[in-house]
Amino acid sequence: MALPKLAVHKFASCDGCQLSLLDLEDELLAVAGVVQIANFMEASREVLPPPYDVTLVEGSITTPHDRDRIQQIRDETTVLITIGACATAGGIQALRNWKDVDDFNAYVYAHPEFIDTLQESTPIADYVPVDFELRGCPISKYQLLEVLVAFLQGRKPNIPTYSVCVECKAKGNPCVMVSHGTVCLGPITQAGCNALCPTYDRGCYGCFGPMESANAASLARQWQLMGLSDRQIVDSLRGFNAWSEAFRVESDRREASIEIGGAR
Amino acid sequence: MTNAREISVEYLARVEGEGSMRVKVVDDQIEDVEFSIFEPPRFFEAFLRGRPHTDAPDITARICGICPIAYQMSSVHAMEDAFGFTVGGSLRELRRLIYCGEWIESHVLHVYLLHAPDFLGYESGIHMAADHREVVERGLRMKKAGNDIVALLGGREIHPINVRVGGFYRTPTKKELQALVPELEWAKDAALETINWTAGFTFPEADLDFEFVSVCHPDEYPFNEGNIVSNKGIDVPVSQFNEFFTEEHVERSNALHSRVRGRGAYHVGPLARYAINFEKLTPLAQQSALDAGLEPVCNNPFKSIIVRSVETLYAIEEALRIIDEYEEPAEPYVSYTPKAGVGHGATEAPRGMLYHQYRLHEDGRIADAQITPPTAQNQLTIESDLRFVLEQHLDLPDPELTWVLEQSIRNYDPCISCATHFLDLTVERV
Repeated sequence: MALPKLAVHKFASCDGCQLSLLDLEDELLAVAGVVQIANFMEASREVLPPPYDVTLVEGSITTPHDRDRIQQIRDETTVLITIGACATAGGIQALRNWKDVDDFNAYVYAHPEFIDTLQESTPIADYVPVDFELRGCPISKYQLLEVLVAFLQGRKPNIPTYSVCVECKAKGNPCVMVSHGTVCLGPITQAGCNALCPTYDRGCYGCFGPMESANAASLARQWQLMGLSDRQIVDSLRGFNAWSEAFRVESDRREASIEIGGAR
Repeated sequence: MTNAREISVEYLARVEGEGSMRVKVVDDQIEDVEFSIFEPPRFFEAFLRGRPHTDAPDITARICGICPIAYQMSSVHAMEDAFGFTVGGSLRELRRLIYCGEWIESHVLHVYLLHAPDFLGYESGIHMAADHREVVERGLRMKKAGNDIVALLGGREIHPINVRVGGFYRTPTKKELQALVPELEWAKDAALETINWTAGFTFPEADLDFEFVSVCHPDEYPFNEGNIVSNKGIDVPVSQFNEFFTEEHVERSNALHSRVRGRGAYHVGPLARYAINFEKLTPLAQQSALDAGLEPVCNNPFKSIIVRSVETLYAIEEALRIIDEYEEPAEPYVSYTPKAGVGHGATEAPRGMLYHQYRLHEDGRIADAQITPPTAQNQLTIESDLRFVLEQHLDLPDPELTWVLEQSIRNYDPCISCATHFLDLTVERV
């Protein structure tokens, strides 16, 4: 029986999520034994013709060319899995979505007219149907392995949607917010990193995006009680998953109150 | 009748990011050589404006998943320069240690999985593993030894979370670091084997006149500190980067091209560091390089794979030294007060010098940012190498010619994700 064909594609991103595949040092050759790496430009010159069984997509859509390219990739694959904060939420480059991209372009490039870009950086699912979204900035390589294996076995991936707090409790970490007043996005951020930042004595900054039914307004009120200004709250919510709905709605609300209340 | 050839590679493989190459030859005369970057721009410098300076190490890391430590190190050193303080003692040593981890991880990835397949005629490291499984397994295990350093000190391999302005959020215990030693001891022997293995490859002839540029420190092989030095007379503090180097924006590329003011192309990366800092390598690394047939200056970019292997050995030895001498610091970071000012940082990413400059407001928010990544600095040199390689190999049929041209680009371990603010290959023969 022929091995399932795997494709990996990149859009606007840092390469880190697809690198996670090559970072599976102990498992890489085993993975290459059960799937055929059919189109993975970062790893191989060889490109086998479509169709593909499973396609991993990293990166966000930011150019007219990429908007067209994702349609073709969708057409060529049975299963489409988006990996990482860029592909699932627009990434850090979605900070442009609140600004005028022409100003950004003129700031970075001497000849902005050479650059072809869209106003917004948006997730893949805004353009094509996606079969599974794997979160993280970067993704967890072990979660990636779980998702790949699940799709190859035809079952649902076992990826938790609870918050980072659950991981902290399971590890026995003292709460950084309660015990040292450190701002932490953990209560509204999806697990997957094994509570990495609190384990290293810092607050979570939201790499895995909002958990299921995240209450960002309530967490922001708590931060306010801890002495944060609206501007600081906006900064904290606008990170690598800034454009995800739960973070965006609350950051917009807080930004509006800066504008109404003046500098606070 | 004219004989036209056009070779084009629209999406270069085994490099980080999206780039292309286009070459046009008419009657055996080279008409055009283009190495372009079509990676979509992400506008980092623009959206850093107004953000707290403390965000810079976390946000700029996201420019590159392969060398996040480089971005974190250049940014924190620039901030500390702006605020007028330096980080010494064990914290400084830990910064060198985490950089050792990144060099090992990134160099071994490139040597084994991205570049060696060119020399041995495989499409990929995975294809290579079918015939050379033990070799590829050795590479993966070495890579992991590097990643283990980054993961311990940084929290994870990609986009580590533990680096901050002033030091770290949490510093490791001596015992935690010592757990790394047995695997690094193994990796040291594996690095010696890697040098011998790569030295045995067949290399296209090249003896090119490069202007090498690298950070240079009086006492140590460079990671984070030192002057910017070239083999053609530059020796200046990092703060004078813009007085000696300039960036130009050209059509066809979403990356800015760097040049030495008044001269032109220059070369950053392993060959440059090695040429400028050879005598600061460990005695074993120096001897291994000489035994592998290298001179203290190597002008053949195809041999960068040997130099990367030598630097891997150095990084492993340096990591072992740091762990051996480590004393736990009293505090994980140096406290400071932000102030208005301008700061500069240049550190040695695996693929070459990475320069950051920030102008800061009084409250520590970022007013302006400039980031000059290594691949943008190498872009003109990569094009000039392509011309040379093309001239030498015009007799080859298109598929073989295309491959050697791609290999020539991969000599630089280009990181296109970094350079964009950069790559697609076309060889056109008319």
